[in-house]
Amino acid sequence: MTLAQTQPLVPVLTANWGQERSWKLDSYVAQGGYAALRQALGRTPADVMAEVKDAQLRGRGGAGFPTGLKWSFVPQDNPNPKYLVVNGDESEPGTCKDIPLLMASPHTLVEGVIISSYAIGAHTAFIYIRGEVLHPIRRVRQAVEEAYAAGYLGSDILGSGFDLDVIVHAGAGAYICGEETALLNSLEGRRGQPRLRPPFPAVAGLYASPTVINNVESIASVPSIIARGKDWFTAMGTEKSKGFTIYSLSGHVAHPGQYEAPLGLTMARLLELAGGVRAGHQLKFFTPGGSSTPILTAEHLDTALDYEGLAQVGTMLGTKAMQVFDETTSVVRTTLRWVEFYKHESCGKCTPCREGTWWLVQLLHKLEAGQGQDGDVDKLLSVCDSITGKTFCTLAEGAVACVTSAVRHFRSEFEIGYTTPAWEHLPYAASALFPIESEGGRA
Amino acid sequence: MSVAPADNLVTVTIDGVEVSVPKGTLIIRAAELAGVAIPRFCDHPLLEPVGACRQCLVEIPDAGNGRGFPKPQPSCTMTVADGMQVKSQQTSTQAAQAQRDVLELMLINHPLDCPICDKGGECPLQNQALEHGPGQSRYDGVKRTYVKPIELSPQLLLDRERCVLCARCTRFSEQISGDPLIGLLERGAKQQVGAWSDAPYNSYFSGNVVQICPVGALTSQAYRFSARPFDLVSTVTTCEHCAAGCQLRVDQRHYDVKRRQAGQDPSVNQEWSCDVGRFAFLSARGDDRLIRPLVRRDGQLQPASWPDAIDAVVAGLSRSQGRVGLQTGGRLTLETALSYARFARAVLGSDDIDFRARPQSEEEAQFLAAAVAGRSPDEAVSYADLERARRVVLVGFEPEDESPIVFLRLRQAVAQHGLQVQTMAPWLSPGARKLSAQLIATAPGAEAAGLAGLDGLDSDTVILAGERLATAPGALTALLTVTRASGAAWAWIPRRAGELAALAAGLLPGLLPGGRPLADAQARDQLTKSWGVETWPERPGRSAAEQFQAVLDGRLSALVLAGLELADLPDPALAAQALARADFVLSLEQRRSAVAELADVVLPVGLLEETSGSFIDWEQRSRPVAQVIDRPRSGLTEIRLLAVLSDALGSDLGWRDAAGAAAAWVGLPAWTGPRSPAPAVPAAPSAPAAAEADLRLATWRELIDDSRRLDRADQLAASARPVAARLAPATAARLGLAQAPQIELSGPAGSARFDLVLDSSLVEGVLWAPWRAPGRSLAACGLTPGGLVSVSSGGDR
Repeated sequence: MTLAQTQPLVPVLTANWGQERSWKLDSYVAQGGYAALRQALGRTPADVMAEVKDAQLRGRGGAGFPTGLKWSFVPQDNPNPKYLVVNGDESEPGTCKDIPLLMASPHTLVEGVIISSYAIGAHTAFIYIRGEVLHPIRRVRQAVEEAYAAGYLGSDILGSGFDLDVIVHAGAGAYICGEETALLNSLEGRRGQPRLRPPFPAVAGLYASPTVINNVESIASVPSIIARGKDWFTAMGTEKSKGFTIYSLSGHVAHPGQYEAPLGLTMARLLELAGGVRAGHQLKFFTPGGSSTPILTAEHLDTALDYEGLAQVGTMLGTKAMQVFDETTSVVRTTLRWVEFYKHESCGKCTPCREGTWWLVQLLHKLEAGQGQDGDVDKLLSVCDSITGKTFCTLAEGAVACVTSAVRHFRSEFEIGYTTPAWEHLPYAASALFPIESEGGRA
Repeated sequence: MSVAPADNLVTVTIDGVEVSVPKGTLIIRAAELAGVAIPRFCDHPLLEPVGACRQCLVEIPDAGNGRGFPKPQPSCTMTVADGMQVKSQQTSTQAAQAQRDVLELMLINHPLDCPICDKGGECPLQNQALEHGPGQSRYDGVKRTYVKPIELSPQLLLDRERCVLCARCTRFSEQISGDPLIGLLERGAKQQVGAWSDAPYNSYFSGNVVQICPVGALTSQAYRFSARPFDLVSTVTTCEHCAAGCQLRVDQRHYDVKRRQAGQDPSVNQEWSCDVGRFAFLSARGDDRLIRPLVRRDGQLQPASWPDAIDAVVAGLSRSQGRVGLQTGGRLTLETALSYARFARAVLGSDDIDFRARPQSEEEAQFLAAAVAGRSPDEAVSYADLERARRVVLVGFEPEDESPIVFLRLRQAVAQHGLQVQTMAPWLSPGARKLSAQLIATAPGAEAAGLAGLDGLDSDTVILAGERLATAPGALTALLTVTRASGAAWAWIPRRAGELAALAAGLLPGLLPGGRPLADAQARDQLTKSWGVETWPERPGRSAAEQFQAVLDGRLSALVLAGLELADLPDPALAAQALARADFVLSLEQRRSAVAELADVVLPVGLLEETSGSFIDWEQRSRPVAQVIDRPRSGLTEIRLLAVLSDALGSDLGWRDAAGAAAAWVGLPAWTGPRSPAPAVPAAPSAPAAAEADLRLATWRELIDDSRRLDRADQLAASARPVAARLAPATAARLGLAQAPQIELSGPAGSARFDLVLDSSLVEGVLWAPWRAPGRSLAACGLTPGGLVSVSSGGDR
């Protein structure tokens, strides 16, 4: 029996979101904020790193790589400066956890940044935030200013002798900059395109110096681990997926939003917490971790939402973004929208992604419009096959995953596209949650 | 190529073939050594790997650690590991399928306009589509289209829809030439190559991107739509434009050269050429090409038959027996130069012969005769030595303008081996900046003292001296002194392709072929025995500059000029005066020139592409010149012409073609006797105080200026650097010119106006301006490099 089933919600990162002006320093401090920083500065950096490692915190940006292990890759004998870079380029369709956190409690992140920098020996840290989200960027900038004023940043932080500068950088509007090496390029003022590896960022990242790149949620989880200890953290979650995380639910659910709970919760439980699928409808399919994770259906409602559980059913935990779709939804239309996103966001560097997403969109457009030809679904899968495993980075894998998983579960619906437009098969207005602008007369 | 030590080797198996390669070798390179050709577009051996096109995917069942990769891997970015197993498309269905898949995707947006594409017939994409491609497209969607073509520069056009986005061109411009003026713009399927809206891709090396483009996306105005590759006949030869010695592949159709491309010579130009080498081959296609002799009758040059013209030459030269001066310029092959050397000394009995059609000095002549002529390639510095050096000092030498491939090799050494470049110059030029060079700020004329003051010279240092040192008293003396004392290596790099060959042939007063001093009886005797020439002039003759003066003084009465441009000469006015005064002037040239207008007989000579022979590059390396067009429009080659004239003068040249001259050269024993004495010119005393408005003139010729070799290559000429004079801000302020948009440079014979650029790297009191620019010639103003120039405001633009 896991904790998840007895105690579904564990507000940690989200605990103070409801407080009055929760994003201000005094509010955060009143909630016990920056106490973990004082504790951390009283320990050795190696000790702090060990605590995070032993807590088995795994990267919350999607891949789930152990955070403490990543930190330990930084060569401490490298003469170059070491950098911490926080990846706040949250742009995946369906994913909505970092940006609410940056809005509601930017100091949680700032405190995490200071502790993490202390652990890896960085004296400059960068917070890279998706450029479109101006409001959270302002909140984080203000929080950093407040932290400087309070002596949490700058030189000789809290009398510890540790110095740290934090730079908040706004991206320029590219999903690919969430890929860590493309993010580094972007931060250096270059084109946001992924870099060749090796060298890996831990050895030669930002400005060819050792660099740790972590997701916002991962770094924001660090203060709580330091404050409450690894045992508290590892008591939550499942065997290999420890701790809590923020699940974000959107789409056809009664109460969409962010739900913070231990890893390993089932989708059924999560849906229940969110008031279920919208009234009068049934679940058709959902993404477990944003649009780039293969979709699941009602048969997977009891799968544990952790790294291992989802891998077992051929998908990924990703960013724990559950987009929920009920029976009114055209899976063809949904897939097309997602693939259009990937086509638009392909950086263009490598052939399979650049050309493959272009082709997939055209095939899906035909199927959506009921103009597909016999064999087009096989062609769709074949083009996916041509793309997958051949690209420079994993962006196109997301495009492929949503197509192949959708066809796997709903092949006949795609084949209806040989004769019938999707908007006739499943009128789009039925799936709308609120009135939308007419989509070329098809709504 | 050096062989890597065995402990640095790793052994990999590629398609069952074991091959041992140095650690760090890319799989695709190792496969080449194993005889396995893996298809590729973005990969280029001289560019950093990028892994963009994904065409070179291979299967790696074992990465050397017993584990394989589940997915195909790019062979152009992954390095080998000991024990690695690689399976290319030849042995792996996974690799073959991956390559077919990528090629199909590559083609969905490609226009397939091969029948009207310049690359059709020599296109890597076309070849690979035919070899490995699916044969039929499953794509029936809408292709990406663009407005076509766009101009990246006056020369380069980009058809974006053909581009496969391999980034070879953008990487070349950034990594090799250091002119990052093109880049990738936009993203996804709209990603495209583009140039800055306010800065066209004007690079001395821009043509290379056309050559390395794996499709027909980049084309040159010069060649676009002018031929099909399969109609061209290619000849491998050597570029005639500078002393870098680049191998060229010249393509002709119907006896007309259509295109020149960089040849592949890893030890010289690698795979690059400069734009002058590539595009400047049209100058003799105009109406001024000479194909018949001209003889002056009644004051007018009139077409004449060959017998009449030869009679006129014989009459003119016979009248001036023993009082003939010869000047050959720096463009001749070794074989032609040898012919002139023998013609002058054995036929005309004159040692008044000089190849230097540029600023020169007696010290330089001594230096060249003593240290450069007859220098063996073993003693000389090579391109490879530049890469091995720890430090290279440039003195009076601007490699990007004066020897562009030397510039590229230096840049590569800086990037790959950490070479440190220092430039002893009055300012940090654009080329020097691209070499990350350290400036040893030196006013022109002060190089001798600068050389003497160089610290830390050792055998890992190379000093590269340019021809401009002729105008810096004592500099060439100091070069020999400091290198002898320190063991530092040195090379002298002239601008023109024929200067080293001219020196080898002895086209300098007092210098016989092979570095033999004329004054040495044994040297004369050796030559007499080898060539059967009975008498040689006894006393050393006159330099080029002295010859003009001697004509005016009445001591010389005839001049033979082999393709000289008056405008190239250090004192064009003096030369014109001498030509007008001389009793007889014979000009041998390809195109009617200013010299012709003052000549009594003009004999047409063939173009380099119509003859064969060899050049000697700055490394003293022999560079073969092959005949490209075997149907010369002018009847006689220059050598044949000299042989005919020798016959008519009752003498014998000894050979009648390039092969004969080459045989005579090879038959000469190496000279082991004493060389001419080295120069011993002291460093110039500090410059005399100049008037308030007088500045010291620093100048050189930029690669692309108003040279006649660029005629008819208009787009190339349009890619010239903006013409401007440069002053230090402090100097400009002192002269009240800080706000002047233009300034006027004045010398004794005239003035010229230039845009003014303030450049804080310039030495105070020094003005830099290009020696020549369209409509402007500092020589015509009576100015001299390193001399004084007076400057005033040029008023409004």
